[in-house]
Amino acid sequence: MEIIITGILLGGAYALIAVGLTIQYGVARIMNLATGETLVASCFCTFWMFNSLKINPILGIFLIAPAAFILNWAIYSLLLLPLVRRAKNKAMLEVDSILATFGILFLLEGLMLVGFGGEYFSYSFLSTSYTIAGTAYGLNRIVAFLAAVLITGTLYVFLTHTRYGTSVRAVAVDPAAAGLVAINVDRVSAFAFALGGVVTAAGGTLLSTFYTFNASMGVVFTMKALIIVIMGGVGDVRGAVIAALILGIAETATATLIDPGLTIAATYFLFILILLFRPQGLFGRQTT
Amino acid sequence: MIKITKDEIRILLYMVVAVAILACLPLLDQGYILSLGLTIVMYVALCTAWVLFSGPTHYISLATAAFFGLGTYVVGIGIDVLPFPILLIIAALIGGVVSGLVGIATLRLSGVYFVIFTLGMAELIRQIVTWIQTNFTTGIGLYVLTDFSEAHIYWMLLALTVLIFITGWLINRSRLGFAMRIIGNDETVAAHVGIDSAKAKVLLFLISGAYIAVIGAILAPRFAYIEPPSAFNPMISFLVVIMSLMGGTRTLWAPLIGVVPFTLLFDMVSARFPNHSSILLGIAFLLIVYLIPDGLIGRIEGITKRFSKKKERTHE
Repeated sequence: MEIIITGILLGGAYALIAVGLTIQYGVARIMNLATGETLVASCFCTFWMFNSLKINPILGIFLIAPAAFILNWAIYSLLLLPLVRRAKNKAMLEVDSILATFGILFLLEGLMLVGFGGEYFSYSFLSTSYTIAGTAYGLNRIVAFLAAVLITGTLYVFLTHTRYGTSVRAVAVDPAAAGLVAINVDRVSAFAFALGGVVTAAGGTLLSTFYTFNASMGVVFTMKALIIVIMGGVGDVRGAVIAALILGIAETATATLIDPGLTIAATYFLFILILLFRPQGLFGRQTT
Repeated sequence: MIKITKDEIRILLYMVVAVAILACLPLLDQGYILSLGLTIVMYVALCTAWVLFSGPTHYISLATAAFFGLGTYVVGIGIDVLPFPILLIIAALIGGVVSGLVGIATLRLSGVYFVIFTLGMAELIRQIVTWIQTNFTTGIGLYVLTDFSEAHIYWMLLALTVLIFITGWLINRSRLGFAMRIIGNDETVAAHVGIDSAKAKVLLFLISGAYIAVIGAILAPRFAYIEPPSAFNPMISFLVVIMSLMGGTRTLWAPLIGVVPFTLLFDMVSARFPNHSSILLGIAFLLIVYLIPDGLIGRIEGITKRFSKKKERTHE
């Protein structure tokens, strides 16, 4: 029981990162390998704001979100859109975007290494305990989880119940057809990429309240996010959330029952199962 | 059997001369230059083995460090029990089996799955090795003490590089190479003419993985002390990708053009500004995508083509 609750609380943060990535990949068609760096950068921003400006991390989201939106919009329009235009087919865009986002990944990581060094950082926010069903959990974890639920819920309502959200989903289904019904595909793609960045950055802020972070941990999170996205099915917000919770529980179970050093092995075990049996994702339909 | 053309004989002669000259390096210098030469030959060998698979398929493999580390570990574990050449064969077998399994799991699907899988593979194997060592053996590190000097390692790597080139050339002449060219150009066409593209890719990845493991095994004596973080250093994977793409991936020898300058540059930057090496990697990746998508070889070919066109025009 304890494992399941801890796993779900951890899964909340994973869900945000993965939802951010699944929107970026599903709509803007960019496999953003620098997503982990967005997360870490947001961790550092929150840390800095909390320590020197005394800004509450939860309120800090409202400052970080617009910054992440502008930054990701700029990255998409300046760096990635030219690649989308030049690509002759899907495979070429895939290779190009993978290489370009690798470049962004290392550039950001390098800048953060120069700025903060390789040490681990953490700060103390709401680190009191809260009891659920007889076991104590960190209050910061619970607050982060609730905030993650709120953000994902809002996003889901936006995507399914608003006009702009519908056009975002239309581009996800078929960019060419979306263009035919007077949707500005380039703009919606840029918007989706920026929105995904915001969700990931929010995940970083929440993660930083209870997690020890350093400048070079981005890649590990990118990998976990990618595996969650594939598990949940590309572009599927609901699938990503459920896959994130499964991954959170699986990791916590491995760490407590076997060895904390084997969490990646647990992630990969799930990944291999998915690749072998359901490569289209947990809820994806078989194509052809 | 395809006949060997005159061009191929000429290239063969060039290669023999080049290798003979390169083999003399340890006689001239035993210090820094040999050490640098060894690093360059190591990356040439790694890049050539990488291009063997990633060149024709356009799949970006980030598993180099995983196979490399496996090879190093084979030698680390077996050096006191078995003779070195047998360890090299075992390394090739293990590298081949692991890459074959990874290929079977991922290469049936689109390229993205493969990239993601290989991205974390070095980390995965590192965790498993560390776990096995801490739980079932006495220590984390392994000592590899041999009589090999840097010169011996250099010669072995050079010989292996030649072997990889010959393998690549033989593959190109074989049915597998022909199939790969069709797959690389258009996978749908390949499927229609009855090529089992997944099988061809797995086979090629297996060969490439086996060679990379052997390279790791040969380099084990150079490290002398092996521990998981250094053997499975993910940086190796990224450097190999950058160097190969910088040179170009359409021919086996094109990566050479990328390896030499980038090794020198990276060596200099990481010695003087150790914190800035990731920034350099980032810039290199962006440079490749935006300025030299075909590699330096593509640029050079472009320039020579323009030059010969001008020549033709002046003749008219």
